[in-house]
Amino acid sequence: MDLFEHQAKELFADYGIPVPRGIVAHTVEEVRAAAEQLTGRVVVKAQVKTGGRGKAGGVKVADDAADAVDKANAILGMDIKGHTVHKVLVEEASAIAEEYYFSFLLDRANRTFLAICSAAGGMEIEEVAHTAPDKVAKIPVSALDGIDRARAREIAAAGGLPEKALDGAAELIEKLWCAFVDEDATLVEVNPMILSADGQVKALDGKVTLDDNAAFRQPEHEAYADKNAEDPLEAKAKEKDLNYVKLDGDVGIIGNGAGLVMSTLDVVAYAGEAFPGKPSPANFLDIGGGASAEVMAAGLEIILSDPSVKSIFVNVFGGITSCDAVANGIISAFKLLESRGEAVTHPLVVRLDGNNALLGRQILADAALPRVELVDTMDDAAKRVAELAAVGA
Amino acid sequence: MAIWLTENSKIIVQGMTGGEGTKHTRRMLASGARVVGGVNARKAGTTHEGLPVFGTVKEAMEQTGADVSVAFVPPAFTKDAVKEAIDAEIPLCVVITEGVPVHDSTEFWAYAIAKGNKTRIIGPNCPGIASPGASNAGIIPADITTAGRIGLVSKSGTLTYQLMYELRDFGFSTAVGIGGDPVIGTTHIDALQAFQDDPGTDAIVMIGEIGGDAEERAAAYIEQHVTKPVVAYVAGFTAPEGKTMGHAGAIVSGSAGTAQAKKEALEKVGVRVGKTPSETARLMREIMQSR
Repeated sequence: MDLFEHQAKELFADYGIPVPRGIVAHTVEEVRAAAEQLTGRVVVKAQVKTGGRGKAGGVKVADDAADAVDKANAILGMDIKGHTVHKVLVEEASAIAEEYYFSFLLDRANRTFLAICSAAGGMEIEEVAHTAPDKVAKIPVSALDGIDRARAREIAAAGGLPEKALDGAAELIEKLWCAFVDEDATLVEVNPMILSADGQVKALDGKVTLDDNAAFRQPEHEAYADKNAEDPLEAKAKEKDLNYVKLDGDVGIIGNGAGLVMSTLDVVAYAGEAFPGKPSPANFLDIGGGASAEVMAAGLEIILSDPSVKSIFVNVFGGITSCDAVANGIISAFKLLESRGEAVTHPLVVRLDGNNALLGRQILADAALPRVELVDTMDDAAKRVAELAAVGA
Repeated sequence: MAIWLTENSKIIVQGMTGGEGTKHTRRMLASGARVVGGVNARKAGTTHEGLPVFGTVKEAMEQTGADVSVAFVPPAFTKDAVKEAIDAEIPLCVVITEGVPVHDSTEFWAYAIAKGNKTRIIGPNCPGIASPGASNAGIIPADITTAGRIGLVSKSGTLTYQLMYELRDFGFSTAVGIGGDPVIGTTHIDALQAFQDDPGTDAIVMIGEIGGDAEERAAAYIEQHVTKPVVAYVAGFTAPEGKTMGHAGAIVSGSAGTAQAKKEALEKVGVRVGKTPSETARLMREIMQSR
């Protein structure tokens, strides 16, 4: 889970990391009140979970409360890379002497943690890493050894930070490491990490990604969930413990196993290119390796409640759960939905392959469920379901 | 022939007495794998599914001669279970558990290295490893394919099964599900190297997914070290761009992690990449038929 900047900074503050004073505001009235409370020059910063915010005009300096309102008017509601700005962080303006870059993250390739530090912080850090890699220190950090103050100072020095910033940076880095480990983060990034005019090292921005797998031991992380941004169908699916992602097409997809479902999205999108309106997947839904009747029913229910869905593709590979069990699961799911008055009205293309595939197909054929078609291969099934979506079914 | 898992492999199950552990111990036994015991400190000295339960991995190894462990323990206890397997220096530890925090997997990997890297770890969050007709350590359905001369390495479970099934007339030497987690013990490259060295493997299927740059690194490895034909499939061409944050990921890998980038990297070194799983199977079929 990614955090908003203001959440990241609240978390930083909990670990004693210096951050500017700031107030979150959802309306221009709240912006005015925040600016008046902070007094003086403020920065109005769009709160979106994407990069490139500054370049998109989502960060503006305001001289006073009236100016902050003007700036907020331009920022609230703007679209940054597909993210609508619903709130801003109003923050006291900092007198910046120098800008650095710092992050801890997971280095997947080397299966270790990594500290990245550079004296060339700010918006162009990716460019610097590309054109002048020697200006960006990348230092592996063992999960067994961790970081102490002395090690933190070495890293800051390796990044080319000047002597006057080293003590402050070392302290910030050590605390950031504590946050990274204790919060089960996979990324904590401070860009820029600044040296202020009065010689303090501070986190002027913050990006944090938390590991969802650690939720069982980080119960307080649930409070960070962005309920507003959640798609209603995704929220409903989450309640049912379904692995569902809403997409913007019109073919409902159900499959077992994340890789197979991802592959199904591709195959349907390719097949759709040949038909008018280019039908494409309406969702990702992985009902897991098991594919039980209850889960199948819950999945069908979610997909049927999506108004953009015109046809549905059930793509199951029978492994541990063999295809006859999956076929019976589909039949039970239909009965279950019918008994709730939510009969399946969309055309449904089913592809069953793997263990007992023939038996599973026979069971489904014998059940003669309304609007269900059986297709033997994944590629042909994708073509058929795209065709059904194209004709409006 | 096979890699890492043969008919002589003796398997113990960490977490055998739990629900998943019990179910899959039965399945492994039914498929002919030599499961020789389980580990659960609280149930040491008892028997389960007709097999002895030991207090530690070390004890289980001493008593049974086990050389493979399969772990079905819950995520909260996985790190300690794997560290125990590492301390016992068991040659292979297959971690099936899904949902292991990445700080834990990073730690047990660092621990394995610090202890001299004597235990091959497969997973976590993987279906395991199967050498059809010889042995099966994990949850790969044993009856979807046959023994043969294709090697398979994959990030994804059901896609592994799909390809094993589509190519069942040729059969497999070994199929390894390495798991899709950010930090895993055995990589595509480890498996490619082992298949290249295995006289029982003629050609290799490699299955990848979006995210990270493991496929790009595998491509670089293939160019330098693999002479056997490799066919690949990458899932996720049309997946919407995730909400990636910050610059850190791009600075580290220098790769976009997209399916297209992976496909291009693989094709550049002569690997044929299927557009769909079926096309991938077709490409492998052509290679096997031309031999």
